[in-house]
Amino acid sequence: MDFANFLIQLLNSVQYGLLLFMLAAGLTLIFGIMGVVNLAHGSFYMIGAYLAWYFTSLLGSLTLAIVLGTLLAVAFGWLLEWLLFRHFYHRDHLDQVLLTFGLIYIFEEMRSIFWGDDVHAVQVPELLNWSIPLTDTLSYPVYRLVMSAVCIVLAIGLYLLISKTRLGMKIRAGAFNRDMTESLGVNIRLIHGVVFALGVGLAAIAGVIASPIASVYPGMGSSVLIMCFVVVVIGGIGSVRGALVAALLVGLVDTFGKVLVPQIAGMAVYMLMALVLLYKPEGLFKQ
Amino acid sequence: MSTAKAQLEKLPRSIQFVLALGAIALAAFPLLPIAGSDFYLGMLSQMMILAIFAMSLDLLQGVSGLVSLGHAAFFGLAGYALAFMTPADAPIALWWSLPAAALAAGLAALIIGFFVVRTHGIYFIMVTMAFAQMVFFLFFDNKALGGSDGIYVNFRPDATALGIDLESKTVFYYFTLVVLIGLYFALRRLLFSPFGRVLAGIRVNEHRMRAVGYGTFGYKLTAFTLAGALAGVAGYLWAAQTGFVNPELMGFHMSAHAIMMVILGGMGNFAGAIVGAFAFEYVMHLFKDMTKHWQLLMGGFIVLVVIVAPRGLLGLIDRYSKRGGKA
Repeated sequence: MDFANFLIQLLNSVQYGLLLFMLAAGLTLIFGIMGVVNLAHGSFYMIGAYLAWYFTSLLGSLTLAIVLGTLLAVAFGWLLEWLLFRHFYHRDHLDQVLLTFGLIYIFEEMRSIFWGDDVHAVQVPELLNWSIPLTDTLSYPVYRLVMSAVCIVLAIGLYLLISKTRLGMKIRAGAFNRDMTESLGVNIRLIHGVVFALGVGLAAIAGVIASPIASVYPGMGSSVLIMCFVVVVIGGIGSVRGALVAALLVGLVDTFGKVLVPQIAGMAVYMLMALVLLYKPEGLFKQ
Repeated sequence: MSTAKAQLEKLPRSIQFVLALGAIALAAFPLLPIAGSDFYLGMLSQMMILAIFAMSLDLLQGVSGLVSLGHAAFFGLAGYALAFMTPADAPIALWWSLPAAALAAGLAALIIGFFVVRTHGIYFIMVTMAFAQMVFFLFFDNKALGGSDGIYVNFRPDATALGIDLESKTVFYYFTLVVLIGLYFALRRLLFSPFGRVLAGIRVNEHRMRAVGYGTFGYKLTAFTLAGALAGVAGYLWAAQTGFVNPELMGFHMSAHAIMMVILGGMGNFAGAIVGAFAFEYVMHLFKDMTKHWQLLMGGFIVLVVIVAPRGLLGLIDRYSKRGGKA
């Protein structure tokens, strides 16, 4: 592998890692703060991607689709939290597993009813549809770089929100001791709604911005969900910092695994996970 | 965590009555005129096989409190074991291939269990799933192992040494029924053995069990291995019945279905797993016949069950029979 090729793979793996981080951060936040196991998290990614495709083909603009798609997905998440999830905070994890598995069925079928079972492609917007030359023969698409930049901005935003703002302080306090925080006058109900919508929003944005480079297809949620689990387990459940490190690690192993040892590419990340668990049974950054 | 769900560990009369009725119905079914079509025999055989699979998971999920989202790996592995053992031109003897397949699944469970039983709660759920995915991709990505298309089992196992011919649908049906009932009683026996009591103790409070002096790691690993081997028995029968194995058998959805069957029926007593497997499959067939959007109904059904029947169908039977008794 020459240097330019290596660089491309490196950029690809970082970009994939950042995308995974957006998904895993939402999953781990929802679990860490509300104690809810959400198997339907992958469905929000799928919904984001389908909304992006739908609005792009309707309005002809990905930028508009991103805004509308994200807003709709967040609103949907908020509604779902209010209708269903808030009744399950104190229930057994198993009940949550069952509930969210039922939801996967429902979302998949709704997707099929509304948007059909075809595979769709989303056009990269004109403005970003060009490449940066690396060598005479190799170049790298700008859209992927912009995508990574968006993920980085959102990750920093998330970090600032949780560690620096008043809302973030309340979120952390609520995760640490719910009853105490509530008796200090914090509206935990509202905080939970915000965190859930935030998690759903992150997953949906990931789906929206990934839509032009990964095609939009039925069942796209479940494969991504499983990857999210791996990231969350490696990073340590509930830890956003762990999710970032683990997502980048998984991105690297997956991308270079496919290039260097295609025979075991599908297994590579799971092997990484087993290795990590052997030394750190509770993940790299235990909360 | 699951104390509320273990109330039916000792089954009340009403539920024993329902189970006995079910067993009689299953035994009598092939004698009915409707059974003339092989379709229903095959469908019921599959339900019984899934009931065995669900029971094996209940040993982990309901008895020991270890919720595995990767149990299908062992189910599928044993199916593949049968497919690989069967030669291209002749059937294989049942009396050693069934134990061999179960042993292979048990061995895989021992290895995977070594990694996973050290984790707890939600970690356990996710880690078991990840290991199952590893097994899934091992078969999915390798043409030598059949790849994504899977492989055929050329012949049904040969049980003429036992004096029966499994090629006959009816004989296979009764064979599966006997295995199901035999394993049910064996597992019930196990539940109230010292080993089963320790597992139940681990479910209720593992720290306390360790403080009392039990090596909980060993107990959990044994349970995981045993459950894997039993899932292997089910997977072997599945492969023998359908004559075909593919990676889907080991996939995420298969594992999740097993979990749902156990929860649907009621956990921790093995009877619930059987009831859950039959109910789940029946409802699914029903919805599939009704509409092509059956997933919507199935999802709604699952959500409804979580909301209204937290102790599963056996819990419902118990509640209503008690209410009836008082009136």
